[in-house]
Amino acid sequence: MSDHPMRGRTAISGLGETKYYKRAAAPDGEFKMCLEAILLACEDAGVDPRDIDGFASYSNERSSPDRLAAALGIKEMRLSNMFWGGGGGGGSGALANAVSAIISGQCEVVVVYRSLAQGQFGRFGQGAVVNEINNDGKWTAPFGLMSPAQSFAMRVRRFMHENGVQQEALRAISMASYFHAQQNPRAVMHGRELTEEIYDQSRWIVEPFHLFDCCMENDGAAAMIVTSVERARDLKPEPAVVLAAAQGSTPRNQAAAHNADLYATSNFQHVAKRLYEIAGVGPEDVDVAQVYENFTGGVMMSIVEHGLCAPDEVNEFFTLENFKAPDGKMPINTSGGNLAECYMHGLELIIEAARQLRGQSPNQLANPEVALVASGPMVTPVSSCILGVDR
Amino acid sequence: MTTGELSQWHATNPDTYLPPGLAEPRPWQDGLDIPYWEAIERDELVVQYCDDCKAHQWGPEWLCHRCHKFDLEYVKVEPKGKIYSWERVWHPVHPALQTSCPYMVVLVELPGADNVRMVGNLIGDPMRPVTIGEEVEAVFEHHKDADPPYTLVQWQRTRD
Repeated sequence: MSDHPMRGRTAISGLGETKYYKRAAAPDGEFKMCLEAILLACEDAGVDPRDIDGFASYSNERSSPDRLAAALGIKEMRLSNMFWGGGGGGGSGALANAVSAIISGQCEVVVVYRSLAQGQFGRFGQGAVVNEINNDGKWTAPFGLMSPAQSFAMRVRRFMHENGVQQEALRAISMASYFHAQQNPRAVMHGRELTEEIYDQSRWIVEPFHLFDCCMENDGAAAMIVTSVERARDLKPEPAVVLAAAQGSTPRNQAAAHNADLYATSNFQHVAKRLYEIAGVGPEDVDVAQVYENFTGGVMMSIVEHGLCAPDEVNEFFTLENFKAPDGKMPINTSGGNLAECYMHGLELIIEAARQLRGQSPNQLANPEVALVASGPMVTPVSSCILGVDR
Repeated sequence: MTTGELSQWHATNPDTYLPPGLAEPRPWQDGLDIPYWEAIERDELVVQYCDDCKAHQWGPEWLCHRCHKFDLEYVKVEPKGKIYSWERVWHPVHPALQTSCPYMVVLVELPGADNVRMVGNLIGDPMRPVTIGEEVEAVFEHHKDADPPYTLVQWQRTRD
């Protein structure tokens, strides 16, 4: 099989994260944290921040490249890129856009970033208080279905029905994130252990989601420096090579009033197939997976749709033992992820994938070579990426 | 929050499943869905229908997603469906819902209309177990005191 033109041509070199805070606890504003994360990523990579020539982000990022470029004194901006679509669906998509810009010769050093101060700018988990609604929200909001948890619970319930999935499968996902966060001092939920009893007794948000099935809402910022693999080899850290990054959607996934053609899905069927083709690896090659947790049900469907577990084997496979680093069959969310490290819209998951390949994870596997990231299940579009080591 | 509070809401306000204060639905400004809102005000359930494809479509679009024919007609369909999925909401995410949790939201498919789906509330005790596949029928919930008035399509179990 011939090499795909995207495979192995670029790498993530610099990783930058501010301290992660509980919602509204950050001492700094969103834009300032964004600058801090970008500078940390540059320092980690060993590149001059003024040499950044491209910006890529997602989810209506507020810290815009025009303002960042002015603040940072960027010498020549060549790319100002925004991935359309909400939630964390664009995490790996923003990486894909950065990679494309580099491979096509538009840019040399692209920063992929996300900043989020929910204390400063309001929360995702609340319904909008408005008098009237004339967009597609009108088919759901008047019935009290308006938050992300409520939108996705319906899909997850259907998947559980079709495949006979028990609540314990969702619990195992949450337990894994919390388990890994206990080894990660950076995690917002470090020091907050989760037991089966605490999960079972936690309140329902919307069935089938308990409190611990839902992501946190946080303040912070994260950034990655992406460059050609040749340039990355001259930089300080070991490069995390981008084997593939793909984005997209199944047909009519956001058709109004929950009329998607394929309904009980994380929306990764088509993306995952293309992702593996680009990367030249298969699900059996994946050593560790960082799977975006907006809600555990999305993680479940993402794992299935990336071929890591058959749909009728979810109940057996989804256990804390299987999900634990370093020795589980498929360690997931090894920094604590959106549930227990920080809800940085999943950029922290790509960073953790790179960290695993560098050997710097708080829950390090023994010499992993292939790391999968699934970004933002159940939205449109979604995206995912596969990182590898430089050989 | 207890189920008693929702029951209380029903006892004193039998006409609407949820309390007032949620966003009121309005047609798209370009008029796409006006026929739907007018029909349900008359207690008639309609969805879009493509006469070329002989197939129903929902939610409303300016064209048929199958053949791209514009300006589909709205046709009357049997107001009966089957529960395709459901969720019981416990955490109020809106001030108007503070005293009405838990409540039940269902996704209903319409076998008489190519299984297009609609979201609504399932009228009745929200703690009653729900089975996917259960048969339901439409209840037209008229909000006559709203300005302008509007109607919501709710669902109740057929066997009740």
